[in-house]
Amino acid sequence: MTNLALTHFSLASCLGVGLAENLRALKQGHSGLRLCDFETVSLPTYIGKVDGLEGERITGSLAPYDCRNNRLASLALAQDGFVTATEEARQRYGADRIGVFAGTSTSGILETEIAFRRRDPVSGALPEGFRYRERQNTYSVADFVQKTLGLKGPALVVSAACASTAMAFGNAARMIALGLCDAAVVGGADSLCLTTLYGFHSLQLTSQNPCRPFDEARDGISIGEAAGFALLERADAVVDNASIRFLGYGESSDAHHMSSPHPEGLGAKAAMEKALKAAGLQPPDIDYVNLHGTATKAGDAAEDLAIAALFGASTPCSSTKGMTGHALGASGILEAIVAALCIRDGFIPASPTTRCLDPKMLSNYATSGAVKPIEVVMSNSFGFGGGNCSLIFGHPR
Amino acid sequence: MRLYVEGLGLRGPGLVNWPAGREVLAGRAPYVPAEVVLVASELLPVAERRRVTDAVKLALIVGSEAMTHAQASPQTTRSVFVSSGADGATITAILETLATKNREVSPTRFHNSVHNAPAGYWSIATQSREASTSLCAYDDSFAAGFLEASVQALTYNLPVLLVSYDIPYPGALGIVRPIAGIWGIALVLSSQQTAGSICALSVKISRSAEDMPHLPDPDLDIARAQNPSARGLPLLSALAQEAPGRVNIPYVAGNVLEIEIAPMIRSAI
Repeated sequence: MTNLALTHFSLASCLGVGLAENLRALKQGHSGLRLCDFETVSLPTYIGKVDGLEGERITGSLAPYDCRNNRLASLALAQDGFVTATEEARQRYGADRIGVFAGTSTSGILETEIAFRRRDPVSGALPEGFRYRERQNTYSVADFVQKTLGLKGPALVVSAACASTAMAFGNAARMIALGLCDAAVVGGADSLCLTTLYGFHSLQLTSQNPCRPFDEARDGISIGEAAGFALLERADAVVDNASIRFLGYGESSDAHHMSSPHPEGLGAKAAMEKALKAAGLQPPDIDYVNLHGTATKAGDAAEDLAIAALFGASTPCSSTKGMTGHALGASGILEAIVAALCIRDGFIPASPTTRCLDPKMLSNYATSGAVKPIEVVMSNSFGFGGGNCSLIFGHPR
Repeated sequence: MRLYVEGLGLRGPGLVNWPAGREVLAGRAPYVPAEVVLVASELLPVAERRRVTDAVKLALIVGSEAMTHAQASPQTTRSVFVSSGADGATITAILETLATKNREVSPTRFHNSVHNAPAGYWSIATQSREASTSLCAYDDSFAAGFLEASVQALTYNLPVLLVSYDIPYPGALGIVRPIAGIWGIALVLSSQQTAGSICALSVKISRSAEDMPHLPDPDLDIARAQNPSARGLPLLSALAQEAPGRVNIPYVAGNVLEIEIAPMIRSAI
């Protein structure tokens, strides 16, 4: 695969806004989950909520795009000098030579949920000022990011449930390799809404506690929200040699069921194998696997079998969802940035909500984390519909 | 980018498949709109067949047609599903439930509401573990999907199935986002010429295309403007001519996909 560098990245999650706050929480093993107090939702579950979005506003010419999902995207873009970095890239490559490959599963559906409660009692019409294109449509976040950054290259939204933003890395890598763009903004946002909270509840997949990945007593997910972006450039075009490298990706389908994974994790294993092949690496080359690990009974068991089949019981792995919650469509970019931070700062994150590791698990689950040099990290994202994506990031040396 | 079209699928009001649609789009038969009838794919397990919605039925119908036409195996064909609105009926049903007091969302509806539901059912129906993605680019969704399918065919040297589908939103959302008709288009693209190649395509992104596409039949041209997936019809119309041609399809941010078409010349030998 063409050697690509993550020259800049930014993040907003329930652990904090910006890389420094997220890094601190990850290293301290701090969970950002709290009892659900979102909007009018009354469900016995925990959520990973980004504070203050209710008070944020998107103003000016992009005001029609104002919705929770784009506010979250806007908050992430505003961190860690990301806008300045893309501005410099735009001057270097040209606005039409930088692509925007974003992912989301929720888009701005929250605003439509609220508007449905306010429909005209006689005509059933949605309230005045309702914006479909700029808020609800699945493309909204890519459109918003492209306009915010003044870019004019190829753009799309991947909406493949919880694998969305992970898969967007593949879109960027392919387009850059074929010369259709020189650089790409990859990432996206997924935000809290009633559809996902009540939807996952209806499938009995939400936990009543902060989710416990790989725990014997795990009983479901904690839904979170996050936005993150990475600027991807060809490594040979980058002056800053310290940038984390994007080494490979692999995608597969389960061919099994819409909302439960293949019991032996065959799709997950295929995605990891393809990623290793694309990166030209063998399983022992991976220092840490950031798992999908949502803390459902079936999902964790299937991923464990896939990991054990490839890595045996040696490679440390863990899920960070006990800290961040499951940011659904944004979990790919969130955990890609977690992987980059692990490499940059030399640590394996702990899994603080995992109290009693499931004895049936075969893989080397790193409940307590570790501080040590990390060269290469694999990051897994698996979604509803059976779409799987595995990414590999590495130290520039 | 140079590619080959290996197979096509089509379903729209009055156009029941590619062979029938080709005659209409080539101007050899009149366009007579008629109700679209959608039946669940027999490839799906019986239990799944009962759960699938119109959006999934439509995507699987055109996808299966194109794959059969191309004589391609799903096990070695990647897939790109694209839709502007995905399953507006299922999303509306959930929104209506969430606006009531008890908010008891149906679990089947919830998993059918994801943008990638057709991709999931496709994988289950064909038992294919090959990679699949699901995309959206508002009114330029067909163009974005076509570009991505082309890119994947060239990247992996594997055939790629593109399925573009859009159905109307019911009720209140149908007023703020009018999508007319039920339209599904599928193409199988390949980087390699085969014995079954229908035509060669040359594709590039341009910012300076002169003429924007339209269809000679006024009713079809209205359909093109009113359904995001029908924006692929000018390409199918150009393919139906079975002659060298060129078509521009608007793409995001003021870009245009310029597609040149060269039909295969079948030698008499």
